Amino acid sequence: MTTSLDNLGGTDTTDLTRRGFRVLGIGIGRQKALFTLSIVFSVLFGATTVADAWVLGWATDHVIRPSFEDGDVATGALVTGVLLFISVSILRMIGVVGRRLVGGIVFYRLVAGDRRRVTRKYLRLPVSWHQAHPTGQLLSNANADVEAIWSVFMPLPMAIGVIAMLVVAVATMLAADLVLTLVGLVVFPLLFVLNVVYQRRQGPRMAQAQSLRGDVSSVAHESFDGALVVKSLGREDEETARFASASEELRDANIAVGRVRAVFEPVLEALPSIGVLLVVLLGIGRIESGATDPGDVVQIAYLFTIVAMPVRAIGWVLAELPRTVVGWDRVRGVLDDPTRFPYGTADLPGSGPVGLRTEGLGFAYEPGEPVLADLDLEITPGSVTAVVGSTGSGKSTLASLVTRLLDADEGQVLLDGRPAPDIDHDELAAAVALVPQATFLFDDTVRSNVTLDAEISDEAVWDVLRTVQADRFVEALPQGLDTQLGERGTSLSGGQRQRLSLARALVRDPRLLVLDDATSALDPAVEQRILRALAERSQGEGGPTVLVVAYRKATIALADQVVHLADGRIADRGTHAELRERSAAYRDLVDAYDQAREEVDHE
Amino acid sequence: MSEKKKSDPREGSLRIIRRGLSLSPAIVEGWRRTVLLALLGTAGSSLVPIVVQRSVDSGLGDTQGGVDSGRIVLVVVLAAVLLGVSGVASWAAKVRIFTGTERGLTQLRVRAFRHVHDLSMLTQNTQRRGSLVSRVTSDIDQISLFLQSTGMILVLSAGQMLVATVVMAFLSWQLTLVVIGVFIPLALSLKIFAERMSIAYDRVRQTVADLLTTIAEPVVGASVVRSYAIERRTQQRIDDAIQTNYRSNVKAQTIVSVTFASAILVGGVANAAALGVGVWLGVVGDLSMGTVIAFIFLITLFVGPAQMATQVITEAQNAVASWRRVIELLETPADVVDPGPGVAALPTGDLGARFSAVRFAYPEGPTVLADLDVTIEPRQRVAVVGETGSGKTTFAKLLTRLMDPVEGTVSLGRDDQWADIAQVSFADLRRHVVMVPQEGFLFDSSLAENLRYGRRSATDAELVAAIGDLGLVDWFEALPRGLETRVGQRGESLSAGERQLVALVRSALADPAFLVLDEATSAVDPQTELRATRALEVLLDGRTSVTIAHRLSTAENADRVLVFDAGRLVEDGSHADLVDAGGVYQRLHASWVAQASLGGGVTPAGTLAP
Repeated sequence: MTTSLDNLGGTDTTDLTRRGFRVLGIGIGRQKALFTLSIVFSVLFGATTVADAWVLGWATDHVIRPSFEDGDVATGALVTGVLLFISVSILRMIGVVGRRLVGGIVFYRLVAGDRRRVTRKYLRLPVSWHQAHPTGQLLSNANADVEAIWSVFMPLPMAIGVIAMLVVAVATMLAADLVLTLVGLVVFPLLFVLNVVYQRRQGPRMAQAQSLRGDVSSVAHESFDGALVVKSLGREDEETARFASASEELRDANIAVGRVRAVFEPVLEALPSIGVLLVVLLGIGRIESGATDPGDVVQIAYLFTIVAMPVRAIGWVLAELPRTVVGWDRVRGVLDDPTRFPYGTADLPGSGPVGLRTEGLGFAYEPGEPVLADLDLEITPGSVTAVVGSTGSGKSTLASLVTRLLDADEGQVLLDGRPAPDIDHDELAAAVALVPQATFLFDDTVRSNVTLDAEISDEAVWDVLRTVQADRFVEALPQGLDTQLGERGTSLSGGQRQRLSLARALVRDPRLLVLDDATSALDPAVEQRILRALAERSQGEGGPTVLVVAYRKATIALADQVVHLADGRIADRGTHAELRERSAAYRDLVDAYDQAREEVDHE
Repeated sequence: MSEKKKSDPREGSLRIIRRGLSLSPAIVEGWRRTVLLALLGTAGSSLVPIVVQRSVDSGLGDTQGGVDSGRIVLVVVLAAVLLGVSGVASWAAKVRIFTGTERGLTQLRVRAFRHVHDLSMLTQNTQRRGSLVSRVTSDIDQISLFLQSTGMILVLSAGQMLVATVVMAFLSWQLTLVVIGVFIPLALSLKIFAERMSIAYDRVRQTVADLLTTIAEPVVGASVVRSYAIERRTQQRIDDAIQTNYRSNVKAQTIVSVTFASAILVGGVANAAALGVGVWLGVVGDLSMGTVIAFIFLITLFVGPAQMATQVITEAQNAVASWRRVIELLETPADVVDPGPGVAALPTGDLGARFSAVRFAYPEGPTVLADLDVTIEPRQRVAVVGETGSGKTTFAKLLTRLMDPVEGTVSLGRDDQWADIAQVSFADLRRHVVMVPQEGFLFDSSLAENLRYGRRSATDAELVAAIGDLGLVDWFEALPRGLETRVGQRGESLSAGERQLVALVRSALADPAFLVLDEATSAVDPQTELRATRALEVLLDGRTSVTIAHRLSTAENADRVLVFDAGRLVEDGSHADLVDAGGVYQRLHASWVAQASLGGGVTPAGTLAP
């Protein structure tokens, strides 16, 4: 966000302001009724603020002066004055409460609305799109950027109210005295211009400080995360120096912000006072010449005192506009993304294991750099197939293609003879389960993480937890199945998280189960027990077809068929024994652990 | 601890602020001059009412023509000059405040950061890491925000109100009492408002945290959401979180709006009272007309601060809470203390280790390691095995002095030159003993910078030489930018296995006599695994080493195997001695073999055991 704010310096300011106003128009359009209401309250506030000064002027001429001149309390007028002061302040209070509350509601509604839009879009966009965008950016699109667009709506009603107030103020001043009005016509615009200049000068400095704050935070995060390395290599002094230099840069940036504040704030505060002094000075002549009443001079002087602060609201609005435009562009970038990923309407009849076939399958993340090419694969229902290959050979991509998280660029994936893109989304999800490499748990209970709120009995949940060897640690949790796991399950170990992720897939009795290196964080012995239990389930009636991406030889050995991928193509396929027999590359790959051990043995 | 302190928050807050200021001396440096300048700066706001009073009483309010214009001009000019002076004073005060607080808080920030690194691993576990980061970031920012904005407003408003009260009392003490009387109920209710506001904001913060977590689901868990077709459920969760957050925000906004506006009503009542009582006092007493009008102007100086008061109170509470957290961190004693140089020195050359009657337990926790007496000879290659929770990791942490034993001593040395490691300076100890953690942690920098964590003075040529020594040239040459390769956050541009390689080179550069390794459990790509195994072999050659072993081969190839079970050393001997001894090791070994032979196929299980 900060970097783009810096870039804004290069763009045309008037264009930016124009676009900012257009976004304001869109926001107003979305919350027409409430926004109008907030403006009504704000105008009420503006009018009553001027009225307050008018009451003082009126009281000076009709209560204070007559009473002092006559030496007798002008009771009737005094009661009127007292009531006027109180009733104006009540109206003014209503104006303030209404403006702030309704204005706030408008802001929160706009933010909530865009959050819903953005997250709905995230849920529609395909996995490939998610993979192509950094997580941090997507999260900030839905949070900080959405707030950046609409935060201008916090001061906006007030600013509009202030404009109304200035109109009324100038009108009452004109009614009181033409010459003194001129002072106002100089002071108010000056106040406004100075404030805009101030906010604009401060903008880049504050952005700079904000970005340095991010630097300080990332140094601290990194250094504490790597505390073990820092400590065991005795690098505490160097780390402290690194953190100190980041902190000192932040300090200097904050001081630079402070210096600008220190200049502008006293000037902005003194300006209305200077106005009052001018009014008094000019007022002498006006009163002497009989052109105006003392009450008018007092009224105008008081007006300066109470109008000064609110006028700054207009500056706040203008200062917010760049942020509004940046946020809008980012959020629109997500909402207007044309990527589509439609599902078909075909079903997958039956309930037994699903057969899987690929024909000439090809896929590339970057054009011209195919990850998979010309892949023909036949997996019979109920069999277990292992996919092996070195890093970057296309194993995970294959897993995503057969579960239709991705669509092939060439060729097709057929499930029981039906092209995957033709199959209905719910039907597909019911039949095919993927356990991805990176475990993801929801901030929810253990039960919900396994069932995903589908209608599944606790009995079935426990049954599957036993299969994945998770029953013991879940039993040990304070509330068992009802234990809240916290943000992304951070309270659990990597192995425990992977087991729940496996349970989630198994509990649905999938007809095709795809494990994408889904057991890497497990102890090899535990992994073996789980996979064997899985194989037993499979051999029973209606067990799933299994496709497993694996490194460990023990896992590979459980498969009926092994597919060796190299550079996105099938290098060989057959049983583990067959491949070992005829392929040197395969032997190199799966025997790497053994080779390492044997070399050590021979020394 | 903080719970107890909350029982007397006022005394606690004062203590916290005093202690906080003493930790950041730059904040209070020259505070007398700063306060003086600030008071002078706020005095400017009282000038206008005085000018109004003087002008009105000098005839401006008198239409019968008796305007003493000369006097009014004099007053105005004088006020203009004073306004200028107070503006300059205000500028100077602000510059001093911003500079002082930033300098002071940077001192505090760096100090807290260093203290975190000085705390032992005991206090610094994973769960607390996030909160430790916020001690040196958001907590300090909160204090800074308070000192420079709300805190300054608080002081300036207090100054402004004080000056205004003095001016008012000077003009008319009776009218002053009236005005103060009107504001007293508001002042009393502020506390209640502030409490309700702080509860409302706590709720908002909670809902924001929930919202952020839920919004992350379709992003971080995109493939899970898609492959289980739970879009509707996910959207429902998000909509609920958005709605809850919206409601709590509106509620907080309601309290803020009402509080903010109530000061306006009170201001109106004060105006009315000043008018009524002022006119009456003017008629029956000697109050001047200018004074009545000046009071109405002076009342505005109370309304502003009263509007901000609840906000100021809430933010002040937050800032004190932040300050308290930072101070509590700094007051947590470092339980593993650097004895400094000169107490005991380690002999140069080979090192062995000796545990004498060592017991370890976490504070108020059960004993995790007991009755440990063991000596590791120089250049011995030791494998430590045992199930999770057996005490093997604690053993490694005691050996590297990441923690201190509750009883007994850990010594390093050889022959008759032994030194209790609690007496050896950190610098000396870290030169001789290096721990290689399970996960190779890298810093977001270049490969060269990461390797230099092992030896800061190493030249590029030495780095390349170290890579070559470990037989990693082919890997290194495949890197796109060689030593200048960026490794990304936490080294994520490299694979887990490659990070492990970097950690090994780093340790080779540190060139310690004694290595402690925590073997990785997770599977990595076979080629990298092979490279790591070969590199490790070179690294261990000619050094004493203790490896927390998760693999059969490591235990098989060690000179000696230490078997831990339930916090005790239960077996000690070579693989050959232990494999048929019928103990814990035999059981562990059997399960390893079962698993290896399952996948082994061609390799007969027999070759695993010599």
